[in-house]
Amino acid sequence: MEEQIFQLQYAMDTFYFLVCGALVMWMAAGFAMLEAGLVRSKNTTEILTKNVALFSVACIMYLICGYAVMYGGPVLLSGIEGGDSLVADALASKVEEGFDGGSVYSGASDFFFQVVFVATAMSIVSGAVAERMKLWAFLAFAVVMTGFIYPLEGSWTWGGNAVFGLYTLGDMGFSDFAGSGIVHLAGATAALSGVILLGPRFGKYSADGSIKGIPGANLPLATLGTFILWLGWFGFNGGSVLKLSDVASANSVAMVFLNTNAAAAGGLVAALLVARFMFGKADLTMALNGALAGLVAITAEPSTPTALQATLFGALGGVLVVLSIVGLDKLKIDDPVGAISVHGSCGILGLLLVPITNDASTFVGQIVGGLTIFVWVFVASFIVWMALKAIIGLRVSEEEEAEGVDVSECGLEAYPEFTK
Amino acid sequence: MKLVTAIIKPFKLDDAREALSEIGVQGITVTEVKGFGRQKGHTELYRGAEYVVDFLPKVKIEVAIADDLLDQTLEAITKAANTGKIGDGKIFVTDLLQVIRIRTGETGEAAV
Repeated sequence: MEEQIFQLQYAMDTFYFLVCGALVMWMAAGFAMLEAGLVRSKNTTEILTKNVALFSVACIMYLICGYAVMYGGPVLLSGIEGGDSLVADALASKVEEGFDGGSVYSGASDFFFQVVFVATAMSIVSGAVAERMKLWAFLAFAVVMTGFIYPLEGSWTWGGNAVFGLYTLGDMGFSDFAGSGIVHLAGATAALSGVILLGPRFGKYSADGSIKGIPGANLPLATLGTFILWLGWFGFNGGSVLKLSDVASANSVAMVFLNTNAAAAGGLVAALLVARFMFGKADLTMALNGALAGLVAITAEPSTPTALQATLFGALGGVLVVLSIVGLDKLKIDDPVGAISVHGSCGILGLLLVPITNDASTFVGQIVGGLTIFVWVFVASFIVWMALKAIIGLRVSEEEEAEGVDVSECGLEAYPEFTK
Repeated sequence: MKLVTAIIKPFKLDDAREALSEIGVQGITVTEVKGFGRQKGHTELYRGAEYVVDFLPKVKIEVAIADDLLDQTLEAITKAANTGKIGDGKIFVTDLLQVIRIRTGETGEAAV
């Protein structure tokens, strides 16, 4: 009887992992729509191509070597399907953990859940470099980021390994539940290093210091993308509880969903109000970024805050993201979709909010962890971007940029029949 | 034969079309355009950065008519599209050298 209950737990926790992984996979559609909506129509096809391709590259590279780098285990996932002793091994683990203990689930489901997080981190970069980066340079970077840069940083955090053998973040009190730092800050850092080397879009910043607004072509798509991301985030944070099959875990999952949603709502309203206050009108794109900012801010710790705290944490994210977007523009760092602000600035915020409600983490640990992630990803990415810049060049020509990268990189217009 | 081109405010399109039908104008071509005359644009903020909205959305109507319909056509469009506010638009009249109906091959006033 006990064996059957253990089998049920295994099945339920595996199922839960798979469904959450599928929800996070759906976030790829969210990113694609959000970015497609915020770029100009002449650059739509290229950014869509970038999004579908990076997702696939991430899945393949993580399968080939990334998962092995991050968690140990064999390259190319050999053996992940389990052998003849699959059931016996699973039951033995379950007996060890007990009913209320750690989650035991299928190894394949663990990979599936992890791989979609890699794709999310990589996807953050695509928006920041939009409208002027060469598609193939971006994809080449994606190969290295998803196969090596992110997995190594992941191995020091969720993987529990010492950072180059020097110190262990977990021991220092570093805690990042679903990845404000590990996923979002990492992605934003890779984006930042790329944008610095890439330069701003033509005409964005003038010599006299003025900044040109370049409106996105399709706000319905951008909004749809944001709502898709919001939905997918329930899997992103919810799945990171890692277990569903007992009362305490189920309750934790429920709180995580509740808080994740509350933070998004808080972030959106705060960003909308700040934008109204600063710019005089309701800027939809700031509101959308605000929702995502709230989601990123709560991602490092969505289970311990109260509902009110989660809403306020999200609101802090919403305020920060607007200020960050304006600030980066002043620094002449051109980010067409606000990715660096949403995922970087608010990723850091998310890390720093954790010790407020989670006693097991420390501010020192969060800062060291954040810095470790930032420095590693920035330096490693910078080297890769530099190498790509030297070998094939990062940026399309001025003429190609004016014509639109849809034509130069893809040979396809997103809306060829529209004459507008 | 004349080609009457009118740039009008988009929400006046239906009124203009109805007015032209009433005087017997059968065919019409409509294009969405942007432009400005003495109605200047303005600046808006997008994510905190200014952008200029110089070109305002308008609708361009083109009708090919026989010479004897010209005055009625001009009156119809003017009355229908007028709001009294700045940006109402303009009408241009040009001579048509030739008109051909593609289906039948008719030319001249029979094709208008």
